[in-house]
Amino acid sequence: MTAYLPILIALLVAVGFVVVVMVASSLVVPMRRNAIKNSPYECGIEPVGGARQRFPVKFYLVAVLFILFDIEAVFLYPWAVSFRQLGLVGLIEMVLFIVILFVGYLYLLKKRALEWE
Amino acid sequence: MIAFFQDPTVQIAFWGLVKIVVILFVMLGIVAYLTFFERKIAGHIQSRPGPNLVGPWGLFQPFADILKLFLKEEFIPARANKILFHIAPILAVTPALTSFAVVPIGPNFIVTDVNVGLLVFLAMSSLGVYALALAGWSSNNKYALLGGLRSAAQMISYELALGLSTIGVILLAGSLSLVDIVHAQSGTLPFGPLALPRWFVFTQPVAFVIFLICAFAETNRAPFDLPEGESELVGGFHTEYSSMKWAMFFLGEYMNMLTISSITVTLFLGGWNGPWLPESLQFLWFFGKLFALIFLFMWVRWTFPRLRYDQLMAFGWKVLLPIALLNVLATGAAVYWVGNR
Repeated sequence: MTAYLPILIALLVAVGFVVVVMVASSLVVPMRRNAIKNSPYECGIEPVGGARQRFPVKFYLVAVLFILFDIEAVFLYPWAVSFRQLGLVGLIEMVLFIVILFVGYLYLLKKRALEWE
Repeated sequence: MIAFFQDPTVQIAFWGLVKIVVILFVMLGIVAYLTFFERKIAGHIQSRPGPNLVGPWGLFQPFADILKLFLKEEFIPARANKILFHIAPILAVTPALTSFAVVPIGPNFIVTDVNVGLLVFLAMSSLGVYALALAGWSSNNKYALLGGLRSAAQMISYELALGLSTIGVILLAGSLSLVDIVHAQSGTLPFGPLALPRWFVFTQPVAFVIFLICAFAETNRAPFDLPEGESELVGGFHTEYSSMKWAMFFLGEYMNMLTISSITVTLFLGGWNGPWLPESLQFLWFFGKLFALIFLFMWVRWTFPRLRYDQLMAFGWKVLLPIALLNVLATGAAVYWVGNR
């Protein structure tokens, strides 16, 4: 496990660096606020409504599809590492696995889940 | 006290810290000058000189920029979610720097060689999407929200093909450790009368092209810079950011470019492998390949126009994903066939 220690240290160093720089900057810079300046930027006009509105469900769908296919990729990593020991059985199993997933992919295409209008 | 410093765990932690700090400062220097070279290259591609006033040939321009950004007024929109608004810039920089801990720079300069180095990189690059999505959402600005949503959808879509294209390399190397992958690319490959270096770019050309395209998309650079598409979304997810927080997004973008280029060099271009140089100087090959690749990034950015959003998503899901899957199957079959001959 000690091999992972430097990764944790890198994480801490990175967070520390960013926080220090951001805090140092915010101590130096002027902060003169007023109501107009604090309003969200909308090309100079008065903001019309907030940003907490409904957005296309398509983005959510993409996220769900990503989870499905990413899990597939997760299964492929250990397979790829130990492929030489698995031999022909491993190859056939993975062909079956990918074919099953590909049927699902064709279903997505057929349902037009990947079309953006 | 001495016994404490001789403890192997403390030793590893200490030298890890030293190397990380060295890498941090080297990367900051490189990033500062990448912004300069980006503008110089953009200038020359567009037949103008680029920045040339601050110092000789404009060489001090990055320092002027950093000082200016450091002293700029900071601004937080009134209706923003303050906590997430502050966390997003931290998340933009941290993953890029952290994944550098597993990049083998030279035979004698590896911060840590974990046996799942490639997975660490993929995990860290997945974290990058949070910075953009959180920045867009927490600003409470419509343009920022749209930019954040777009970038989230774009990055996760291209991450699939990115992850799948690395599987061909893992099949050939038989390991997830980046050091093992570099070692697997040493030596030469007979190619007719010539001898090619045994880099995976020659044995996995399809995966290399897919990985490179996804790298452009993951770093949100043109022609995939829709998250910031200034002509339609003002500034995209960082519309409301100013001062050093804005600089952190900029720094994160360039650090991501540096990290993903160094992973491309490691996976496909042979890492530190190269002729002529002694082992202690082989890290120069790594940096040479790295900068050649970064020049390609900049060249592409200033040459190609931006894609339309439906084209972008269709390309990722309908072209790159099936090709990456087929490449996995073809590589698996080839490795089996060669192994049993």
